[in-house]
Amino acid sequence: MNRIWRIIGQRLLLGVLTLFIISVVIFGATELLPGDLASQLLGQSATKETLDALREQLGLNLPAPIRYWNWLTGFLQGDFGTSMATKKPISELVGARLVNTLFLSLYAAALAVPISLTLGVLAALWRNSIFDRASNAVALTAISFPEFFVAYILILWLSQSGFFPSMVRITEATTTLNLLYMAFLPALALTLVVTAHMMRMTRAAIINVLASPYIEMSLLKGMSPMRVVLRHAVPNALAPIINVVAVNLAYLITGVVVVEVVFVYPGLGQLMIDAVTNRDIAVVQTIALLFASAYVLLNLIADVLSTITNPRLMHGR
Amino acid sequence: MEKPLLLNIRGLKIEGRSGDTWHTIVKGVDLTLHKGEILGLIGESGAGKSTIGLAAMGFARDGCRISGGTIDFDGIDLRRATETQRRGLRGKRIAYVAQSAAASFNPAHKLIDQYCEGPVIHGVMLREKAETDAVELFHRMRLPNPAMIGFRYPHQVSGGQLQRAMTAMAMACRPDLIIFDEPTTALDVTTQIEVLAAIRDIVSQFGTAAIYITHDLAVVAQMADRIKVLLRGNEVEEADTRSMLAAPRADYTRSLWAVRSFARVKQPPSTGRPIISVRNVTASYGAIDVLKGVSFDIHAGRTVAVVGESGSGKSTTARVITGLLQPKKGEVLFNGKPLPASFKARSRDQLRQCQMIYQTADTALNPKLRLRELIGRPAEMYLGLKGKALESRICDLLALIELEPAKYINRLPSELSGGQKQRIGIARALAAEPQLIICDEVTSALDQIVQEGILKLLDRLQGEFNLAYMFITHDLATVKSIADEVVVMQHGAVVERGSKAELFANPKEEYTKLLLSSVPEMDPDWLNRLLAARSNNDKSGRSTHSSV
Repeated sequence: MNRIWRIIGQRLLLGVLTLFIISVVIFGATELLPGDLASQLLGQSATKETLDALREQLGLNLPAPIRYWNWLTGFLQGDFGTSMATKKPISELVGARLVNTLFLSLYAAALAVPISLTLGVLAALWRNSIFDRASNAVALTAISFPEFFVAYILILWLSQSGFFPSMVRITEATTTLNLLYMAFLPALALTLVVTAHMMRMTRAAIINVLASPYIEMSLLKGMSPMRVVLRHAVPNALAPIINVVAVNLAYLITGVVVVEVVFVYPGLGQLMIDAVTNRDIAVVQTIALLFASAYVLLNLIADVLSTITNPRLMHGR
Repeated sequence: MEKPLLLNIRGLKIEGRSGDTWHTIVKGVDLTLHKGEILGLIGESGAGKSTIGLAAMGFARDGCRISGGTIDFDGIDLRRATETQRRGLRGKRIAYVAQSAAASFNPAHKLIDQYCEGPVIHGVMLREKAETDAVELFHRMRLPNPAMIGFRYPHQVSGGQLQRAMTAMAMACRPDLIIFDEPTTALDVTTQIEVLAAIRDIVSQFGTAAIYITHDLAVVAQMADRIKVLLRGNEVEEADTRSMLAAPRADYTRSLWAVRSFARVKQPPSTGRPIISVRNVTASYGAIDVLKGVSFDIHAGRTVAVVGESGSGKSTTARVITGLLQPKKGEVLFNGKPLPASFKARSRDQLRQCQMIYQTADTALNPKLRLRELIGRPAEMYLGLKGKALESRICDLLALIELEPAKYINRLPSELSGGQKQRIGIARALAAEPQLIICDEVTSALDQIVQEGILKLLDRLQGEFNLAYMFITHDLATVKSIADEVVVMQHGAVVERGSKAELFANPKEEYTKLLLSSVPEMDPDWLNRLLAARSNNDKSGRSTHSSV
């Protein structure tokens, strides 16, 4: 067990380091954007004096390293700052949106992960069959279209005919069941986008393992093909499968921007786009760092799971 | 008295696919096996031994198909049977023991889970009963700590133990027939004996019939009642073990018997300054010392064989000499001058002087390069040859290794046989014009007849170029034929060293004696005699048994 804690510890430290580097990059990138909030707020009527005054008021006149330090220490204490455009605390703005985005991601993941793993296992079991080729073709077709196109196709087919709503409005009165119904189309669009990747990786990882001598051994012990795949191949193919699932889950959290916009879903992606348009740098930075954290955290979980599921790493000689 | 017939194969034909064409790999073989009988199948690689063994289970590997003949197992026609019927037999009435137990146990599950899978799925016994039964069989296979060993993962158990656990697993359903596919080929000689003895005992205790596949005549002589010799998918001859050993009828069988006839001319004792002198080298991977004060010399024109079990530090010594591993203590002298410990600090000329040939030419040759580049690169890099000079040097090297230059120079490694690939490995080493070549198990992956060719070639080249060889091997028969001096290693230390003749005739250390006595001999009573002798020794309190 000590091994696993050591690995988790190492990965956590690396994750923190990664996040630190990302925070520098995010801050640097936003610095490079032309114009700032002051010029955005004042618009055409800005004079040099009013701009300077506003900048001083907003703290924009301080040198970049100091502003970075203030931002970072604030962030670490849970104080994300105030949205300069709306004057609301960012935590308040982001909080509700984050919950919505996580809900949509989990919804899509709950559809996509079981579907793609099942399809991947079956495609490996019946490799080179009609089923294998058909599922492969469909998944590749889905992944080949841009997300917004998939979303519009779904709206055309499933919303115009009245099955599902094409817009998501979340109010106080929205029940979970209602939300599941309303968010079905965006979740489905995301599912279609990520399924192909996970399914093909699952299939490839299992087929790779199927060439091993221990697979032949299990066949020679009289095991059925299904048992051979599920009991003997899958446990040894877990590491690549876990990793591809983690990357796709991270994508579901961070890559939902376009889909959220199409379905007018009140998530982080929408908020980020609004913030970029308004030059609301603090909000952009917060969301970017949240997205980065999601990536780091999911990869950490994937690493740990890959380790736990590998007896050679878990149990010493 | 004739026992009842168990397996009756008639006119078996098996085809293998390469690209879009099918070619026959087993060309009409007959095979009969009675209950409780052991049949040895021998032949070189490509003879179709394993393919026939698997066909006896009604199984053909991917890319193979059984295309003709009948396979009758105890009244069941395996070719006509449905896949479900065949599956019902596999593991239950016909079991299989694979060559590499380390690769054939699933790394994701504990041994006991893999053991119990067969009996439980086939409905022979419940899990609890199977677990108790496993402990019993582990005990009979003389596994250490039989009650607990099942709860370990394959990577936590040594190769010899895994091979015995796999035999126990094959026994789980008390099958009528077990196919042993080279079960001891991957093991050290000292380990091999334990496994052979355990297999033979358990098979006779349960009266199980067996097909024992191997390329090692001496091994099959200990195990089989009858021997069938195969060559390229055809039967050469079959006879009971004693009469075949005494009087092989076919020329091919006689040539297999004669394979070990090659012997290097005895050299006068080496004198003068050695090419390489390993002085008191201690080296470690991490905290564990894998070499402990190793010292020996290699002289020009001489072959020093370094022998020992896997893990004894043979290859690590080579890594120290080549500078891939820096020793903690000690040094390596080249022509009397110390070599820098790391290859990075060595001059190009120092690097050139010491070349390596590896066990598996398949992985040691870049599959994307043609022979021209494979051999040409060291000649270009070390000797600065270019253009015409380089071309003619490559052709000379190919001629030296007895491959026709015009025909082979533009080939890829994949277009060569195993023996030819190993020859390319030799040519690549020669291209640098070294004084020392380290041969790391260079013949271990090859058939005996091919081995013979490689050994003769190495011997001839040594004479022509006055090369020094460090010959790492665990195969004592090879040592007998090629070495001038022998260094015996165990647990990272040199146990004994001396001239070949002296060491073989009069080994001083217990371990050397054990190692030498463990080499199977072409005598069906050898194993019995050896085991009897060793148990007498045990009784008299002088245990020479190694713990495996």
